[in-house]
Parts: sequence; structure tokens; C-alpha cells
Amino acid sequence: MTSTNKIYFYPLWLRIWHAINAIGIILLIITGISMRTAEESSFISFNVAVNVHNVSGVLVSINYLVFLIGNIITRNSVYYIVKPKNFIKRPLKQAYYYIWGMFNGMKAPYPLSEKRKFNPLQKYFYVFIMYVAVLLVIITGFALLFPELIIEKVYNLSGVFITAVLHSALGFFISIFLIIHLYVASIGKTPLHNFKSIINGWHHV
Amino acid sequence: MRNCQFIIQLLFLIGINTVARAQYYNDAQNHACLKCHSNQSYKFHNSLLETEEKKLMNPYYIIDTTALKLGVHNQFDCTDCHSYDYTTYPHNAELKLEPLGTCLDCHGGDESFARYQFEVIDEEFRKSVHYQLYEDNFTCAKCHSQHTYASTTRISDDVLKIVEYSNNMCLSCHNDMKRYEMVSGHENPKIVQIHEWLPNQELHFEHVRCIECHTQVTDSLLVSHNIVGKEQAVRNCVECHTANSRLKASLYKYQNLQQRSENGMLSTVISNDSYVIGANQVPLLNWLSKLIFILTLAGIIIHTVFRILKK
Repeated sequence: MTSTNKIYFYPLWLRIWHAINAIGIILLIITGISMRTAEESSFISFNVAVNVHNVSGVLVSINYLVFLIGNIITRNSVYYIVKPKNFIKRPLKQAYYYIWGMFNGMKAPYPLSEKRKFNPLQKYFYVFIMYVAVLLVIITGFALLFPELIIEKVYNLSGVFITAVLHSALGFFISIFLIIHLYVASIGKTPLHNFKSIINGWHHV
Repeated sequence: MRNCQFIIQLLFLIGINTVARAQYYNDAQNHACLKCHSNQSYKFHNSLLETEEKKLMNPYYIIDTTALKLGVHNQFDCTDCHSYDYTTYPHNAELKLEPLGTCLDCHGGDESFARYQFEVIDEEFRKSVHYQLYEDNFTCAKCHSQHTYASTTRISDDVLKIVEYSNNMCLSCHNDMKRYEMVSGHENPKIVQIHEWLPNQELHFEHVRCIECHTQVTDSLLVSHNIVGKEQAVRNCVECHTANSRLKASLYKYQNLQQRSENGMLSTVISNDSYVIGANQVPLLNWLSKLIFILTLAGIIIHTVFRILKK
């Protein structure tokens, strides 16, 4: 392995943001599930779960601003731009590679380079998670933290109830994303390679 | 012809009866008692001095005529319960000594009121902190004014209104220094301060009744009357914030609320007015989330197996 096929993929600010986000979201998932399925014999007491969830939620929200500002002032945002050309075909090609191609000698259709940090499927997922799901989960989370701000009734249902169901559903999809994210990260040069990259910043291509 | 006469007589009697049931409080200004007791001030003729006098009414003796008309006892006139001698003024001082009927005097042992379980309520009440501390000084009327009591909880389908009505009963003393002190002999503790430990206090106060935490829930009664003090009150969040929430055995036990939830699209009893973390379980979403989770894990396991086999 020579230094020429090493790319400095993840700058320090991004790695710090990612680490805080990872810890925060894992805490939010654990405490969120604990609150939703609260029982007398819960592993985490309800009070602790509520407090940890609130603090982690605020931390992840502040961290989200770091992500937005970081993307504005650095070049990181270009990796999230979705090209309209072959909008459906490109991610499907990548999915085909994951499902069939990689087991049958096919080369990765969109190899990572300095210009391409994410493959199309990955890009679509990240855009949806970071610019839709996380944004909405933050908005609904703050609404639940200050429930007096929420519309009282939507037809015959409590506004807080609808906000809470939306918040939990989004939280659930983020959890599913996390599982897939961790698994797909293991499809690298070695199963641990991508995990090392997000810690030291260097990616071998 | 005779039949016709009978029908006319019958209709006349029904008419009289219907009017009689509602007539007492329709015209408060001309009612013997309410012309004074529904106003801030009252006038009378002083026969000794031969003058017309105007005085302020004791605020505790002013009756809210709107609430009176909406109350469950609206078919009774004042003198059905109070002495007829009250119709003369000045009232005879000895009338104060006259014992008034208690709830059980009318409702106890009566088959037509059996479903309200007045006797069980009385038994439960005798275990409560109110009876333990103040015994017979603490009458039903301290919470349930016979003048204005309305059966909101059994009828209303608006949880927030039920909660407000119920909590106002408690607050009428617990948030009123004079009324509280009259019974207890000491100053009332400040509600907001003693509940400071409760997260989202305002939200809790608006969405659940005081008695949700301050009673020992019993299966046999709709409203437990065994009110408990702070030492025995619920402080454990999980008693309500769980799938098997205590609220389902208290506030949401009412059939009028249960039925409404059955018609609701998400078939969850609490969802219409509130959201209780842990207690609001939407079965369809729970089932769907489990399915998605299992499919995700299955996909990952199958993919991993292929990765190992095709290495």
C-alpha cells in the first residue's frame, strides 16, 4: 500500500461531528426505546431515560448546526449533491452490485475517489437521513420539549400525540438506518477498514 | 270524547310536571330565595324603621344560578332540602342548627342509585386522608356541592374538561387559604411548590386529575374516594408511563371515553386528547416496526452468509 492511494477523506471537524452524532444518536435510541417500552423493571429508570434523552437531543441538535455550517463553509457539501442524470438508474446499479454483483466478480460501479466520497445509493440515503429525517426529528423533538407550542388538536386527535408518533417513527427509521449504515460500513477492503477511516481520516482506495 | 278528554288531561299533567321540574331556577329574580342569593347585594323592608335597606350578600352564600340549573339536583327547589322557614326574612337564627340531609340520606340503600355505589364510596371515603384527619367535619359537600354538582366525568367525551372539572374540586380548597384553613386549621401548602419535582408540571395538571396519583385505585369503583396524602401518592413515573398504565384503570376507565376510542382510527384510548409516553401504544405501528426490524436483520444475515461463502 503506497501513500498515493490514500485519500484524506474525513477532515478533523467532520470526524468530531460524526463521533458526537454517533454517541448522541445511540443514546437517543436506547433511551427512546426505554421510554416507549417503560416498565417497572426497566434497565434504565424512566427519569434517567427522559433526562438523558433531552440532553442528548439538544447536543445532537447543536451538532446538527455544526454539520450544516461545516457543509456551507467547506467543500463537504458537494458530496451530497444529487445529479438529475440517471436519477434512478445510478442507485439501482449500486444496489445491484450489493445484492448480486459483488458476489459474482463485478467491480464496484462507483469507486470512491477524491471527487466521489459516497456511492449514489449511499448519497441518497445520507441526503434523506441528514436533510429530512434528522431535521424533522429535531423539529418534532423540540416541539415535544415545549409541548405548549404544538397545535392542540388536529381533527379529533391530540396534536402532541401526532407529533410524538411522527417523532418515534422518524427515530425508528434513523435506528434502522444506523443498523444498515454500520453493516454497509463493514463492506470495505477489510470489514474494519471503513471504521478505521472514520477515526483516522484516511481512506485507502 | 271521553278518551279525548283523558288524553288532554294527561298532556296537561305531563306539561305541569315538565314545567315543575325546570321552573324553580328559570326566573331567579322572582324566586323567593334566589332574588337575594344569586346577587352580590340584596334589599329588604325594615319593618321596625319602616325603611328600604340594601346590604351586601355574604359571598359564600351567593349561588351560581347557571351551574345550579345544570346541576344534577336541578329538579329540587331550595326548600326541598332547606327548611321552609327560610322563606321569611330575617331568617330565624335557630335555623342554622337544623341538620341538613347528607348524600346517603337520599341515595343510600336506593336501588335506583345502586349503580353509583354510594355505600362503597362512603366506605372508601372513610379510609381517606380527608376522613382520617377531619372525620365528620369533612362532608361530601366539601368536594361535591349539592347545588351545582354535574356528572361531567360519566357524560363528557372531552378528557380535558373532565380533568378541569375534577381538579377544580380539589383546588376549591387546596388553592383557597380560607376554605382550607377552616377544615384543617392550618395554612394550605402551595400546590406548585410541593409538586416541583414533577416534570412538565403544567402539562400534567391540565391532562390528568389530581386523584390519578392521590387515590388508591380500586377495580370496583369508577372514582376511588380513598384520597391519599403525599406520603402514599404515586411518585413513580412508570406507573402511568407504561403500556399497562395506571391511567387506564382510572381516568380512561370510563365507558364514554372507551367507546370513543373504539371509533377512533388509531384505537388507542389516550390519543384523542393527550400523549402519555409509554402508555400510548399504537398496535399497528408496533407490529410494523417489529416487521421492518426483523426484515432488516434477516437481510443483513443473508448478505453476511453470502459474503462468507463467496469469499
